[in-house]
Amino acid sequence: MSDPMRVRATEKDGIVDVKILMKHDMESGQRKDASGKVIPAWFISALNVKAQGKDVFNAQFGPAVSKDPFLNFKYKGAKGDKLVVNWVDTKGDKRTDEATVS
Amino acid sequence: MNQQRRALIKYSAVFGLMASAGLISVAQAEEWNKAAFEGKSLDDVFKSLGASSPDKSSAVTLNAPDIAENGAVVPVGISTTLKAEQMAILVEKNPSTLAAQFFLPAGTEPFVTTRIKMGQTSNVYALVKADGKWSMAVKEIKVTLGGCGG
Repeated sequence: MSDPMRVRATEKDGIVDVKILMKHDMESGQRKDASGKVIPAWFISALNVKAQGKDVFNAQFGPAVSKDPFLNFKYKGAKGDKLVVNWVDTKGDKRTDEATVS
Repeated sequence: MNQQRRALIKYSAVFGLMASAGLISVAQAEEWNKAAFEGKSLDDVFKSLGASSPDKSSAVTLNAPDIAENGAVVPVGISTTLKAEQMAILVEKNPSTLAAQFFLPAGTEPFVTTRIKMGQTSNVYALVKADGKWSMAVKEIKVTLGGCGG
């Protein structure tokens, strides 16, 4: 199991600003290790965010997203909304974290 | 040629048509879009996104630096005044052109920021799909230190 994400969500004027920081190496499959062997690609491929059980954001990543991916988006919501953030990577690892809009 | 194989070919052709005609549901389309992410050129990716030739539009804004000192972490944001359903970030000279694709349900603001890797100085494309039509904005980002090497 991988490290938890950091999710911060704040509401202002009916718009919720969500910032997510995932902890993941996002290996591109381009790099080589000390012995010259290619390090196989391993990255988060899909991310889903639900607020109050409803989809508010979906993303698909390629290997060109930076290590420890950062994501910022906004949706129409309210204080106290329960956010559930899910991601899955190319090895099938999953991570789910929850946050409450403040 | 045996019968089974014929049937298989027929089915795959039908599914291909269904996908291109948009009959396959959204949930299925949101499975990781392998073809698009493995596209090696702008045209490949445009084709697999179903955006044959997106128009440049001033309604799409690409927020990115002119010069990125470190290609491993380049902050890129897309915002638009259009009612965006999908957004995508493309880097022309990266080994795989498509960096990320976003799906925005109704109620989500047409605004996304993330960080991407760039191997070298390149044009970066922000694509936005609104009302079934793709629009884009382009910006060249200079990279002084590549992000794909060791």
